[in-house]
Amino acid sequence: MNARRDVNPRRDVNPRFKEGLRKGVPFGVAAALVGTSFGVLARDVGMPAWAGVLMSAIVFAGSAQIAALGILGAGGGLGSAIGAAALMNSRFLPMGIVIGPSLPGGPVARALQGQTVVDASWALASDGQGGFDRHVLFGSSAVQYVAWVAGTIVGVLGGSAIGDLETLGLDAVYPAFFLALLIAELRSARASRVAAAGALIALVLIPFTPPGIPVLAASLATLIGLVGREAEAA
Amino acid sequence: MSAGTTWALIGACAVVTAALKAVGPVALGGRALPLWFTSIVALMGPALFAALVVTQVLADGKDLGVGADTAGVALAGVAAWRGASVITVVCVAAVTAAALRAVA
Repeated sequence: MNARRDVNPRRDVNPRFKEGLRKGVPFGVAAALVGTSFGVLARDVGMPAWAGVLMSAIVFAGSAQIAALGILGAGGGLGSAIGAAALMNSRFLPMGIVIGPSLPGGPVARALQGQTVVDASWALASDGQGGFDRHVLFGSSAVQYVAWVAGTIVGVLGGSAIGDLETLGLDAVYPAFFLALLIAELRSARASRVAAAGALIALVLIPFTPPGIPVLAASLATLIGLVGREAEAA
Repeated sequence: MSAGTTWALIGACAVVTAALKAVGPVALGGRALPLWFTSIVALMGPALFAALVVTQVLADGKDLGVGADTAGVALAGVAAWRGASVITVVCVAAVTAAALRAVA
């Protein structure tokens, strides 16, 4: 299959996009549940229903949207809410840097392709050796986008009928989603060491830094990979 | 929430998110990967996802704590480790957390 892709890149575009769609479905189901939680939250903080849906449609970043509304709901200011969203999304800097070389075209085309990066798609598109399949990325993001917006619609319209998020255990869905992504990534002892180091960095920073910073700082745990390489080379 | 606040929030979040997602691809797109870079790439997922799990399960703002959701996510982790699908994993987390709160 790889050989054929090299000979005729166009012929394989659709199958790999479809592969992305297929692989994205389970994550889409989870995204719909989190989207519903976000929709309920949007209603609870007094956002009009259309605004909650619009936010999901054009921001498409669960943790950032939830963080921003959480701050507004707790009486925080607009600036703090936007800042929190930015910090939560700061992980897209390291994620974008590592996927960058796998995205072809001019700067504008690459910037547009970069918009399709969300956590699960980025992980699904990774070949585990430094490369990313952008068609798998596009396919799985498409599924999750539709699910995310649809889930938000259910949340803002269902509102009171859905009930309390914590009573339903919906607050446990998003971390479980990331845990599933994490476990799929633990392909080697080195990956496990880096994950442990990343978790430790985040844990230590939580009491001292604004939300978002612990996750961004955890990206530095990847430097263990460099040390490991040198040790192996020596 | 006023209409002005709503629009400002949505607009600013959209712009900031788009900018953060664009930086890496614009700066590094189309380049050949140096060898040291690939070893970092493959480890970015474990580092970031581990940190996301820790912050989402244990942090409430700057406070650390555990609750029914922590137990739900832990059990979900066992399911994921044993090869369960993502749908099963998130359902285990939600049902466990909900059940613990129902009996508490």
